[in-house]
Amino acid sequence: MNELMRRMLFLPEQASNFSTDVDHLHYFVILTTLVMSFLVGVTALYFFWRYRQRSRDQLTPDVQPGPGMEVMFVVLPLVFFVGWGIAGFRDYVRMQTPPKDAMDVYVMAKQWMWKFSYPEGPSSLSVLRVPTGRPVRLLLTSRDVIHSFFVPAFRLKRDAVPGRYTQMWFVPTKPGRYPIFCAEYCGLSHSNMTGEVVAMDPAEFDAWLADQRTGFPQAQDSAASPGEEVAADASLVEQGRAAAVRNGCLKCHSVDGSPHIGPTWLDLYGRTETMTTGEKILAEEAYLTQSMMDPLAYVVAGFQPVMPSFMGLISPAETAALLEYIKSLRSDRRGGEDRFRGPLNEPAVGQ
Amino acid sequence: MSPQSDSSAAQITAETAPAEPSAPPEAARPEEPRFPARHYLNDGHTIRSWLLTVDHKRIAILYLVLVLTAFLLGGIFAMVVRLELLTPGPTIIDALTYNRAFTLHGVIMIFLFMIPAIPAVFGNFFLPIMLGAKDVAFPRLNLLSVYLYVAGAALALWGMIHGGADTGWTFYTPYSTITPTNVVPILLGAFIVGFSSILTGINFITSIHTLRAPGLTWMRLPLFIWSLYATAVIQILATPVLGLLLLLVAAEHFFGFGLFDPARGGDPILYQHLFWFYSHPAVYIMVLPAMGVISEVVTTFARKHIFGYRMIAYSSLGIAFVGFFTWGHHLFVSGESAFDAGAFGILSMFVGVFTAIKTFNWVGTLYRGAITFKTPFAYLCGFLYFIVFGGMTGVAVATVSLDVHWHDSYFVVAHFHFIMVGAVVMAFLAALHYWFPKMFGKRYPEGWGLVAASLIILGFNATFIPQFLLGNAGMPRRYYNYQPQFQALHVASTTGASLLAFGFLLIAIYLLLSLKYGKPAGPNPWGSRAFEWTTQSPPLTENYPGAVTVLSGPYAYHVAQSPIALTTNRPTDGGGGTREGGGHAA
Repeated sequence: MNELMRRMLFLPEQASNFSTDVDHLHYFVILTTLVMSFLVGVTALYFFWRYRQRSRDQLTPDVQPGPGMEVMFVVLPLVFFVGWGIAGFRDYVRMQTPPKDAMDVYVMAKQWMWKFSYPEGPSSLSVLRVPTGRPVRLLLTSRDVIHSFFVPAFRLKRDAVPGRYTQMWFVPTKPGRYPIFCAEYCGLSHSNMTGEVVAMDPAEFDAWLADQRTGFPQAQDSAASPGEEVAADASLVEQGRAAAVRNGCLKCHSVDGSPHIGPTWLDLYGRTETMTTGEKILAEEAYLTQSMMDPLAYVVAGFQPVMPSFMGLISPAETAALLEYIKSLRSDRRGGEDRFRGPLNEPAVGQ
Repeated sequence: MSPQSDSSAAQITAETAPAEPSAPPEAARPEEPRFPARHYLNDGHTIRSWLLTVDHKRIAILYLVLVLTAFLLGGIFAMVVRLELLTPGPTIIDALTYNRAFTLHGVIMIFLFMIPAIPAVFGNFFLPIMLGAKDVAFPRLNLLSVYLYVAGAALALWGMIHGGADTGWTFYTPYSTITPTNVVPILLGAFIVGFSSILTGINFITSIHTLRAPGLTWMRLPLFIWSLYATAVIQILATPVLGLLLLLVAAEHFFGFGLFDPARGGDPILYQHLFWFYSHPAVYIMVLPAMGVISEVVTTFARKHIFGYRMIAYSSLGIAFVGFFTWGHHLFVSGESAFDAGAFGILSMFVGVFTAIKTFNWVGTLYRGAITFKTPFAYLCGFLYFIVFGGMTGVAVATVSLDVHWHDSYFVVAHFHFIMVGAVVMAFLAALHYWFPKMFGKRYPEGWGLVAASLIILGFNATFIPQFLLGNAGMPRRYYNYQPQFQALHVASTTGASLLAFGFLLIAIYLLLSLKYGKPAGPNPWGSRAFEWTTQSPPLTENYPGAVTVLSGPYAYHVAQSPIALTTNRPTDGGGGTREGGGHAA
């Protein structure tokens, strides 16, 4: 049944943990639509035939709906529509709530290509490699105009907005290669801004990632774009540390918890900060990005509003690296590998 | 209608009484209706008498010419887009030309055709007649609105020739502020056309409040008037937001304000909120008048009092109101909170409920009616089908999790074309055929009308049903190049579009010929009880030969009483036709 409906509706393969749920609601919605159209159509056709005009000056009775019928006219569509709405919202909330153990990949969109950076080091153009059966969270941003990351087989789409990080997550369920499209019109080569998700067996994926981290990978999906200062072997954390020195972040922010001109970065990620306005804000990717680009929007209580904006000074690639660096600064970490992972966002907190 | 009340409308007797019930209405009638000698069309023949007219009917005709020109232009761009999509990669034009073509198609169809089409043409023509008035409340303001439209359209057209825009009609920032194409004249053109829309709205609301004839209570208003009232409310409240926004984008483009550009501290998502705050209600500016037309057509051709008058009237106001709180459903994947997405999703569904109420009532009107299947009625059938299917797919895309897949895909394109072309153009064509005899006093060939209607409804389905499937398959919109697996559906869609174009061409031919060669229509060729059919066709410049008193609602098919009484006894200046008897009132 699922397969038959999928083919009849020209839907692509179901390759993520959301695909089947979305499709089942889709079938229900489309079937109700067809049944309703059919019923309205058949009723109208019956009336055309049954009540065709017999004489030109025929008088007709003034029939008006009773209260029962009026209530039915309102309640019938309302029940169906709100039912769809609730079912859809439940799935949507799930799409907006990444699990804690998700693997992060940074996605940078620009006219007209997709760039993927793994915190462990490698970055690639156009080809996103992900393991099946493991949750993957994408953190999306754009260097220029708005783009939209769309994988039809996953039934997922999310806009990449310049100056902001948005997120999406999924668990690939089937190994295979699935097209990526840009779904938000972004200029001349919008329709060529495509790519591919390669869902791999987890063991294969780990081997690939390890190979990429050696710095001398057997195969690279594609070279970093010209002018991009990303070394294949430097992890995002290392790049972030370098970027923090280069941009003078550490002149005001300490990384060991000691007080300074700005709040310390130690344990910053995941901390709830009280603002000068009294508002409490959870420091996650979106807030940290905003603090770099528009620092005076929210100033942590006890600090002066002195930080300049770094908008245009630090590239999206550096922003991602800085975020990873801040996320790596944990007072409770044991050993070197215990990087704080996964999203902090709760549903309905927003982007 | 046989026992004529002597209070008025002797013209109805003259026309209908001699007709045998089974006889074809125009052929076998012993007394052919004749063309009236004096009417608004021959009240002045100079160019000046047209270009500086303050007669709402002549203004409507000016608008008709203008919006049909826009429709032709937008249609040509649509065909260019469809032909380009016959094959993946380049077919007839390059990517930049394609991007301009779909932008211009959208801009022209929305701002220059859809928004003014029904209100400015049929609203202007029939609103005063339906109110029993001589003109709208502010006739000179009405003329000004025409020239604002012309100025805006001219500026936009100039921009299209000198560079064009390639942003899509949505002008999303930051792309629209950095595009190398000439987007500013088009933004300013749309800004100016917006004022024309606002002036029409002000005129309509004032007219409906102040110019109703004695006896025309709110609950006796034709439903077309109710829908124009709801439309005018949206035009007045929402259009200024768009105007402001377009100016800001133009300023950002010229002076680098940085309001929407994140590189200068702005917020591109803010643009989307403001844009859809107008542009979603704008959909109802297009659809509500269409629904009004359908309420008129269904009663005339079913010869039946409308079923659930109050429900239809109030649901128009309901759509106008709720329409303001649904804009966020355009931002499900662009960055709003999950809570907002859920709330906007549910709010959008109320529009679906109001539309469903109307649909049930239109079908209910057919029950125990006396139905004649004429061209306007064929378009009505098309409309019912498109509004149900297009409306329910609209509720489907308002279902948040489903929208994530469909957003910015061909599914959305197909959905809004079902509403805008399916429903609105069906209603426009229904109105054009229904009121053509009244506006020009001539009949059009009924057989050709039905042929064209079938072609259009068929062609329309063939164009857009494949696009629903393309959207399901994951084809994003505004794509010049696409993957080969999508080609079959694109070819089907282009074939349908050609049928559609052929249908429109056919209509253009027979209506133009009917203007010259059509048989005189007589005041009431459809045997309707609506107010506008009690005056001669084409109407006098002052609409009615005397002051009007309304005796009943416009859908009185259950009683033998005529809806309107004329209280002065002015002769009709020698109108040669059946109109002559009319206007001599009790």
